[in-house]
Amino acid sequence: MSASLVVNVLVSGVLTGLVYGLMALGLSVIFGVVRVVNFAHGEMMAVAMYAAVWLFTSAHVDPIVAIVPVAIAFFVLGYALQASLINPMITRPEHSQFILLVAIATIISNLLLMEFGPNALSVQTSYQLDSYEIGPLLFDKARVFAGIAAVVCSAMLFAFFRFARTGKAIRACADNYLGARVVGLQVKRLYALTFGLGAACVAAAGCMMVLLVDVTPVVGPSYTLLAFVIVIVGGLGSMGGALLGGVLIGVSEALAGLLFDPAMKSMFSFALLILVLLFRPQGLLGRKT
Amino acid sequence: MKRRNFDKALAATALGALAPFQIARAQSKKLRVGMLLPLSGYEGFIGQSCKKGSDLAPGVIKELTGVDIELMNADTESNVQTARSRAERLIDEGANVLVGAFDSGATAAIAQVAEQRGVPFVVNIAAAPQITEQGYKFVFRNFPTAVELLRNGLSLVGDLFQATNETPRTAVYMHVNDTFGQAMTKGIDAMLPKLTRLPFKIVEEVAYDPATKDLSVEVAKAKASKAEFVLLVCRLNDAILLRREIVKQRWNIMGIVSPGSPGMYEEQFYRSLGKLSDYCISNVPWYNPKADLTETVDRAFSKMFPKDKLMYNALNVGYTFEALLVAADAFKRAGSGAAQPLAAAIRSTDITNRMMLGGPIKFNAKGQCEGNLSACVENLNEQPMVVLPQAAAEAKPVFPWPAYKRT
Amino acid sequence: MNTLRELLASLHGRSRVLLALLLLGLLVVPWFLNAYLLTLAIMILYLAYTGQAWNVMMGFCGQLSLGHALFVGLGAYTAAALLFHFQIQPWAGLWVAIGVCVLAAAIVGALAFRFGISGVYFALLTIAFAEFTRIGFENFQWVGATGGLFLKVGQREHIDLLNLRGPPIMFYYVILALAAFAFVFSGWLLRSRVGYYWQAIRENEDAAQALGINTFLWKMAAITVSAAMTGVAGVFYAFYYNNLFPDQVFHISSSIEIILAPIIGGLGSLFGPIFGAAVITVLGEGITNLVGALGFDIPGVKQVFYGVALMIVILFLPDGIWPPLARRLKLGPRSGR
Repeated sequence: MSASLVVNVLVSGVLTGLVYGLMALGLSVIFGVVRVVNFAHGEMMAVAMYAAVWLFTSAHVDPIVAIVPVAIAFFVLGYALQASLINPMITRPEHSQFILLVAIATIISNLLLMEFGPNALSVQTSYQLDSYEIGPLLFDKARVFAGIAAVVCSAMLFAFFRFARTGKAIRACADNYLGARVVGLQVKRLYALTFGLGAACVAAAGCMMVLLVDVTPVVGPSYTLLAFVIVIVGGLGSMGGALLGGVLIGVSEALAGLLFDPAMKSMFSFALLILVLLFRPQGLLGRKT
Repeated sequence: MKRRNFDKALAATALGALAPFQIARAQSKKLRVGMLLPLSGYEGFIGQSCKKGSDLAPGVIKELTGVDIELMNADTESNVQTARSRAERLIDEGANVLVGAFDSGATAAIAQVAEQRGVPFVVNIAAAPQITEQGYKFVFRNFPTAVELLRNGLSLVGDLFQATNETPRTAVYMHVNDTFGQAMTKGIDAMLPKLTRLPFKIVEEVAYDPATKDLSVEVAKAKASKAEFVLLVCRLNDAILLRREIVKQRWNIMGIVSPGSPGMYEEQFYRSLGKLSDYCISNVPWYNPKADLTETVDRAFSKMFPKDKLMYNALNVGYTFEALLVAADAFKRAGSGAAQPLAAAIRSTDITNRMMLGGPIKFNAKGQCEGNLSACVENLNEQPMVVLPQAAAEAKPVFPWPAYKRT
Repeated sequence: MNTLRELLASLHGRSRVLLALLLLGLLVVPWFLNAYLLTLAIMILYLAYTGQAWNVMMGFCGQLSLGHALFVGLGAYTAAALLFHFQIQPWAGLWVAIGVCVLAAAIVGALAFRFGISGVYFALLTIAFAEFTRIGFENFQWVGATGGLFLKVGQREHIDLLNLRGPPIMFYYVILALAAFAFVFSGWLLRSRVGYYWQAIRENEDAAQALGINTFLWKMAAITVSAAMTGVAGVFYAFYYNNLFPDQVFHISSSIEIILAPIIGGLGSLFGPIFGAAVITVLGEGITNLVGALGFDIPGVKQVFYGVALMIVILFLPDGIWPPLARRLKLGPRSGR
């Protein structure tokens, strides 16, 4: 096994991981603040991917550019979803939330099936198959762009939560629901805002993802599971954690695939999840509640 | 052999003589066929492709044989339990025969129901060998088992190299790790060492999860083996990912050859990859482009589905159509849709006017049709073209692909 | 059996009569059903049984498991593999299957409860274990890996309980017996000391611990009992369907199917899972038939309607359908509780 092979695989793992991390960012925000077990996360991602494909095929909008309109649309939709359906469910037990979101996920994925049909759809941009070559190392262009986008989005979100007043208010809600209400914060409105932001993140991730894979109506559940694994590993409510978790999963899968059997890649992610849940349930960068 | 046929003929005559005494329902002029396909769920796109074959069948079959078919469609939802209950329902609603179901798990469940209820079941597409190893009397399959698929496929690989005068010495075997992939792998491990005609050895084996969204590690590993070409057992989505990854990682290979798996000849492959789809080769059961029945079906297909082309659904439509043809032909000979005579008639099927490549449609004692053959199908101009066997070829095979740089 | 007497006594006149009628009905009905409806009836009872088993852990003890397919799969594969490789009959294989499930549950429970994992995290842990096992079995050649494990289907004429071979009606009675057993067993558990400990843990684990209840021990009891019961369902599954594929048996959608019945029916109540199983099966089939009859037969329509129906139930009937219904029908203060 040559050094260049290992390095190539590692780099690919990191880049892939950043993309996964971007996808998990949205969930981290939603789960971390609103504490909703969003089992429709993967389906939201699928809708974003279909949106990007549709914009590309009908208006030749590059998926990277499409991030802006799709994210805005998702923000609005997410806000509405939270305000209408999910707010009443916050105080309900987890299993109820879970079933509600599974129902929503089923509805979404089958509506997608009815609208777009079962075949895989994709975009065909000019740079999709290019790679940057540095000596024996090969960097996949699309993955590099996605990685950069992930870092940028993450930074923007981080800044919002750190410095913006609303952002700080949201963090207050997450830390202490009762206390936030006592000081007069409109928690329900802030929750809706947070869900909207999380949805916007998913939208961005979806647009990026469409450069790497094709979309079918059934891609949702595996993304949902992956997002949860990353969020738990990285740490709830921590943006850096989501990215770190993503990278960790990406790298561990890559190495496992290289050293052992690629078919069992996912087993390592789940093993990692189990280990983290047992020994550090707040995740690598999360804070203990 | 002769004695057996005589006995069969005797039995058929005896049953035929009893026909007037059977219940009125069986006398109906229409053959009620329960179509079980995965129209939603993970295999939705394949099931819907097969459905095109069943939708056009009644019209064509009526012209060919005069038999009236009434289709009773059911969605197995890519789920075994659903398949089972749908099958029961169809039988209760009066289906004379069941056809389906693409997925091996669902097919196995339906086979049990059919056998239990004594209703004939004609399998259109399913490769798991066990389905016709259960000793069932009512289950018939007009599709090669994974073993036959592989044997034919590997043989065609040898033919391909002969026809193009190439002798690659090394191959990397990449495959999905699902039911189909594992069955093929077992077969390859067993068969390849014995096929001395083939000039290559497998220097690396890379298995991957069919649901994977990223093949960069797998391709990196395969590339590191320095093999000359890829022997691939795949499904649609991973085939697309693989082809793209080969470009991204600038892997210099002679080409991709599949000894028998879906993916590279499906419409989505061309749509997603455009020019990149060219020169990929799949050795799969296919229709004979020169057969009369193929042209008939093609015409009916273009009429019913003007936005689609038969060639993009060759396997799915072809075998689904033939399954219905088998049912109709048996119905005609039996003169009735009652279970026993219909099953007996199916058992003695002998159809030479067919569209898929291979010998006549005939079932052995286990209900398996042994004569189905594969074709070497190469993607040329973003279309699947039969390049071997020569008798049925539409174009000449190209191997290695033009992008290959000889070192 | 004081608790058993208490259980019967708690059923007031009206509900006692209804329960008896229901039991009688269930005993007699298969002779009047065609094959399709019989298959549905078996599905309902199967879901009722597994739902009841899951309910022991969740409804009684408050531990949310979203990976219960793990136990179905382990039970199914153990019994099937024993028959396939060693010709060990199901009634013997059953005990090994239960043993395997109990072991698995003990591992999950010990790891989780020792480290204080609860709530959503515990649920995710169960999913992780189920997925991990699924992928493991997909590569486990001894049981056929992804190729599946096919059991040779034996005779279907006469009833052979020992080998679980016979006509569908035999399977109906087997699953009916299991469901009835689960009902009675759960009722007994609920009223016994264990039941009260579990409910205490469910309501407030810290308080329970403060009162001196060994929460670790009783939570372990909950998960192992639930797993053992579910394992038996797995054995039934193996011999009824006769083929096992890892991505069908261990799949998360299978876990979701198991929990739908008790949640829709009503968690914590005894009758809830049974009622829920009937409702969701009838709902599913009903929608399919309705959609077919109306000619809307586009793939996906049925699932959309199904999802909407689930959503409505969850939003407006948070405790499930059975408890408010029972109150309406005046079936005693806590009928079945």
